[in-house]
Amino acid sequence: MRHRTPLREALLVFQRTPLLSSLSIASIGFSLFTIGLFFLVALNFRRALDVLAERVEVVAFVLRGTPTEAISQATQDITAFPEVLELRFVTEEQALARARRELVEFREAYRDLEVNPLPASFEIRLKPQFRNAKQAQAVAERLRGFPFIEDVRYGRDWVERLDKLRTMAAVVGLVIGLAFAAVAIVIIGVTIRITVLQRAKEISIMRLVGATNNYIRGPFLIEGAIKGILGGVLAIVMCWVTFYVFRQTTGDTGATLVFFGTLQMTVMMLFAIGIGLGGSLVSVDRQLRSV
Amino acid sequence: MIRFNHVSLTYGNGVSGLKDASFHIPRGQFVFLTGHSGAGKSSILSMIIADQKPTEGEVKVSGYQISKLTAREIPRLRRRLGVVFQDFRLLEYRTVEENVAFALEVTGARHESIPNRVMRALTQVGLASKARGYPKELSGGEQQRVAIARALVNDPHILIADEPTGNLDERATRGIFQLLREINAGGTVVVMATHNMELVRDTGYRTIELKGGRIVYDSGVDDAEAAP
Repeated sequence: MRHRTPLREALLVFQRTPLLSSLSIASIGFSLFTIGLFFLVALNFRRALDVLAERVEVVAFVLRGTPTEAISQATQDITAFPEVLELRFVTEEQALARARRELVEFREAYRDLEVNPLPASFEIRLKPQFRNAKQAQAVAERLRGFPFIEDVRYGRDWVERLDKLRTMAAVVGLVIGLAFAAVAIVIIGVTIRITVLQRAKEISIMRLVGATNNYIRGPFLIEGAIKGILGGVLAIVMCWVTFYVFRQTTGDTGATLVFFGTLQMTVMMLFAIGIGLGGSLVSVDRQLRSV
Repeated sequence: MIRFNHVSLTYGNGVSGLKDASFHIPRGQFVFLTGHSGAGKSSILSMIIADQKPTEGEVKVSGYQISKLTAREIPRLRRRLGVVFQDFRLLEYRTVEENVAFALEVTGARHESIPNRVMRALTQVGLASKARGYPKELSGGEQQRVAIARALVNDPHILIADEPTGNLDERATRGIFQLLREINAGGTVVVMATHNMELVRDTGYRTIELKGGRIVYDSGVDDAEAAP
């Protein structure tokens, strides 16, 4: 007679009720797949917004005739701003050369100029966490404090629109994500409840012969965790296959679209295990209260 | 061992299961609970195994006061009891010996001691040769014997039998009853609920008869009053 540990007991359930166990794993897998797909879209959308935000740049135009020493000192001061990632000083000549190179439609006009109308400027790229309207505005205000700064531009309207888009994406993402998660929890909870109900007789016998609640919970929790792990792996595999097929279809080489990183996959697995454990715990406890 | 003192039980749906019942079952006694369905037999048994708590009065079993039992104490009480039901309540996917061992495993008994104790209980009920079989391979009487072995394996002070012969033919009934008598002869209190008046009449055991949730007859009332 072999001793039955809670782990062995849990594993035997898969052997005894393969169909129901597979259904539970599939339900966890498909529910998490839906959530995973949504977060994959959200992840890539957020990444696209971050790429857009890289263009957020503050440009401070310098008054003509500003001494070189003042410019050098300002370069050091501005570089020391906590928001600044990169600072570049563009001389009047460099500005004109760039205009001739990039603004093709004005090339003729710029070629015959006797006096360079373009001012020198500081071009400032902000660190990722400061690429928003509020921080750009704060940096602009500080730059205006320099006496030789004539004007500061940072594409205010565009940055504000980007901010709104980011906020909206975060709120919509959170609400829909939570709704998906809630639906998944309900579906998974019902599936696990069915498997527990199927063993109601066993639970009632356990109680009659003097098993403690913790003893009864043990195999169910292990079973829930195993189902969570298998369901989580299934969800990640399905997400990856979908991602791969989508990437092949759109001809993306991997530079634009990204898949989950280790952290996101770990969170997904922990969520799957948590939902398996939580679902089992709630269902068993409900059963324990009713017998 | 078991004491009911002015006990009433009303279920959550308002139905009354037992009204003002008082009796005492001392150590070593064999007691029949008789009466029609709904008379209150199962209500008494459910309070003895702490499945229900009395709405009024006091129930004491093996030193435990049922109405004051904490969730942690209920398993401790049940390990001192053996319970047998009309429908056997065996786990079909476990062998006979595994069904019996189950009662030991859940109580955290030492693994090395389990096979011997299981075999002893199965020998006591005459089923040692069928230890490796599954419940569905056994007759009703044999399945009930497995249930009794499971109830006995923890050496209970009290054996509760709720209509244990209700699903059995005459021969199997006699066999099970004889087994319960032997268990009682070993000093275990046996409380058996039954409809089978023929079985009750043939023995000289104490009988508590219930009707409409009330005790209408108790053949051992003098003993009960004299007991401490």
